[in-house]
Amino acid sequence: MKRNRPTNILICGVGGQGILLASEVLALAAIEDGWDVKKSEVHGMAQRGGSVVSHIRFAEQVFSPLIPQGEADFLLSFEEMETLRWMHYLKKGGLSLVNLQRIVPLSLSARGESYPEDIRERIRVRGKAVFFDGLKIARKVGHLRTVNIALLGSLSPYLTLSLESWRRAIQARIPAKALEVNLEAFQAGRVLAQDLGKEAQAPTS
Amino acid sequence: MRNKLLLSGNQALAYGAWEFGAKFASAYPGTPSTEILEEIGTHYPEIEAQWSPNEKVAFEVAMGASIGGLRSLVAMKHVGLNVAADPLFTSSYTGVNGGFVIISADDPGMHSSQNEQDNRNYAKFAKIPCLEPSDSQEAKDFVGLAFSISEEFDTPVLIRSTTRLSHSKSLVRPGKREEVEDKPYIKDIKKWVVIPAHARSLHIQVEERLRRLGDFSEGAEVNRIELGEDKSLGIIASGISYQYAKEIFPQASFLKLSIVHPLPKKLIAKFSQMVDKLWVVEENDPFIEEGVRAMGIEITGKERVPTCGELNPELLKRAFEKEKSSPTKQEDLPPRPPALCPGCSHRGFYYGVKKLGLTATGDIGCYTLAVLPPLSALDTCVCMGASVGNALGMEKALKGRHKSPIIATIGDSTFIHSGITGLIDVVYNKGEITLCILDNESTAMTGHQDHPGTGKTLRGETTKRLDYIKLAQAIGIERVRVVDPYDLSAVIEALKEETEVLEPSVIIFRRICALIAKREGKIHKVNPDKCIDCGQCLELGCPAIYHKDGKAVIDSFLCMPGCNMCQQVCEVGAIEEE
Repeated sequence: MKRNRPTNILICGVGGQGILLASEVLALAAIEDGWDVKKSEVHGMAQRGGSVVSHIRFAEQVFSPLIPQGEADFLLSFEEMETLRWMHYLKKGGLSLVNLQRIVPLSLSARGESYPEDIRERIRVRGKAVFFDGLKIARKVGHLRTVNIALLGSLSPYLTLSLESWRRAIQARIPAKALEVNLEAFQAGRVLAQDLGKEAQAPTS
Repeated sequence: MRNKLLLSGNQALAYGAWEFGAKFASAYPGTPSTEILEEIGTHYPEIEAQWSPNEKVAFEVAMGASIGGLRSLVAMKHVGLNVAADPLFTSSYTGVNGGFVIISADDPGMHSSQNEQDNRNYAKFAKIPCLEPSDSQEAKDFVGLAFSISEEFDTPVLIRSTTRLSHSKSLVRPGKREEVEDKPYIKDIKKWVVIPAHARSLHIQVEERLRRLGDFSEGAEVNRIELGEDKSLGIIASGISYQYAKEIFPQASFLKLSIVHPLPKKLIAKFSQMVDKLWVVEENDPFIEEGVRAMGIEITGKERVPTCGELNPELLKRAFEKEKSSPTKQEDLPPRPPALCPGCSHRGFYYGVKKLGLTATGDIGCYTLAVLPPLSALDTCVCMGASVGNALGMEKALKGRHKSPIIATIGDSTFIHSGITGLIDVVYNKGEITLCILDNESTAMTGHQDHPGTGKTLRGETTKRLDYIKLAQAIGIERVRVVDPYDLSAVIEALKEETEVLEPSVIIFRRICALIAKREGKIHKVNPDKCIDCGQCLELGCPAIYHKDGKAVIDSFLCMPGCNMCQQVCEVGAIEEE
């Protein structure tokens, strides 16, 4: 049997950030583009403000719903510290797309300790990373709950999925009254990622 | 792929129930099984669906629907089948009328459970067939297969799912509903009344049935050999483990087992002749492995594949490698376990328990999270309903030699599930404990399902609402009161009073779960000029409060409007309404 390597995306963050919805939209977009898709996450006790991760894989045929460690192409992280917790899933040269948000874990505040200041630096040391202010995009389009879709927009230029597939996937999962603002957030996230990508490629003076 | 549906294992099981003509389904919610009945309730009106007070009742009701001639289904998490084990074993003897399918969703890795028991053992123990799907398509199809096996062989059929299967999504070909005719009910006491005289002949039939099921398992298409390019390595696998093994060894040869009880022994023997080395890949217990070993076939299994915890592709890879590669080094980070939500009503209650230094038995629900620092307010957690009996037993054991009073703490849904009989025991055997019912008007942990105490059914219809006060009084509790857990001084006062009296008492701490409450009232903020960094507010363990630059800070995004517990504990008045 001929095998193809799946595209592997790990989405991580903190329970309540809209990670499951984001992963659902991504999976649907991949289906729209004609791929076999598997995705995996855990519900229940694992939410409630705990660390949350969702695996999304697409290819001609996908077996395991879990991405093997060291094989993720992209890590889309909704929270800074969570990026570090899951970076070991990235393949060599894999890219982290990091939302600039900090949520203090209870294990720190229970001891009266503060959020570590060196997280961004540690991310940069470990691998390639691009940082986005998802909340800023969401504020700009006028709805704070669109951060997750804005971050998908930032992921989108790195994937081959068609814009039409993304649009249909968002439409399938977002209620009609919130659709326009979410499409806007997606577009804003996408443009931001494209601009950052250009900057990264531009020769340094 | 566009004409296919992206369904979780649980959604696919529900779809299968619909497609293959089920007319009745029942359950008690429990992660990772909950969504099966939720899906049926939401999407398939052709199926009568209900939450029952616990798994034993859910089982008995679904069995009753089968006796009445309908294709029926009951779903539960793995430990739920312990509760329902009594009718399970007898249903194996009675058999079925309409097809009867039991779905057990096991939890390898214990994402949300107290143990990782492997419920395939129940199928063997009760002598009924067990099917293990490995993706959502199979989850859907196997419901149909299970119904037809059930009706052909006159047996209940167990479908074993796992967390990873139940909560992973993959593509499913849609189908049409098969209309199955309701069977008539004909009185047959030799089948349905298991007095010893009847049960003796039923047991003989069960053993005979198991032999015929063994033959069926041999010939079933779902148990299949997949010869790969590499015949030096043969892998026997079932469930989600099959997918992991295919991922790691795409060239290997496979015996994919879907009916894991009874095992297709001839097929296993045939496969073992086709390959050089034979491995069994399965999660948790060596269930298939022991069957293969009993046949005298040499095999590699649990000496290399871990028994404890959930499998995943890299664990499996390392199990096969002769020299184990070391796992990727992970960053040293503060852990982020789940926590009681901002505005959670349980917080006020357990804060009081901690302040008074009470010995508190715990139970199964969100409130088990109160065991974690900074609340650290629980002494035990065993199983659904155990808090009540545990407290009574501890009281009897520690009388006169333990200073802090003993209280039992249990959620509303868990109390109804199996706390009531414990409370009867407290009164009957003259206990003096205080039972604290944490009534947040919901089965919150599993995603806010209704129960008899909410007065709403699975489909949201209004029904009689269980009255905890009248119930406690009828049991013989004379001291019953209701307290708002947001009112910290009232919590402490009630706990103090009730634990001092020499008789049993019940306190109902009533406030709706913050996740479904109306967001009314003000949020709060810390006035940094007044904050003296004493850490009192952090003692509440609220995820919205953190520490930065020598001051407490409240995250306005996370803060729950209307909750002011932190304001109540701040001794210097530094916490103000926003």
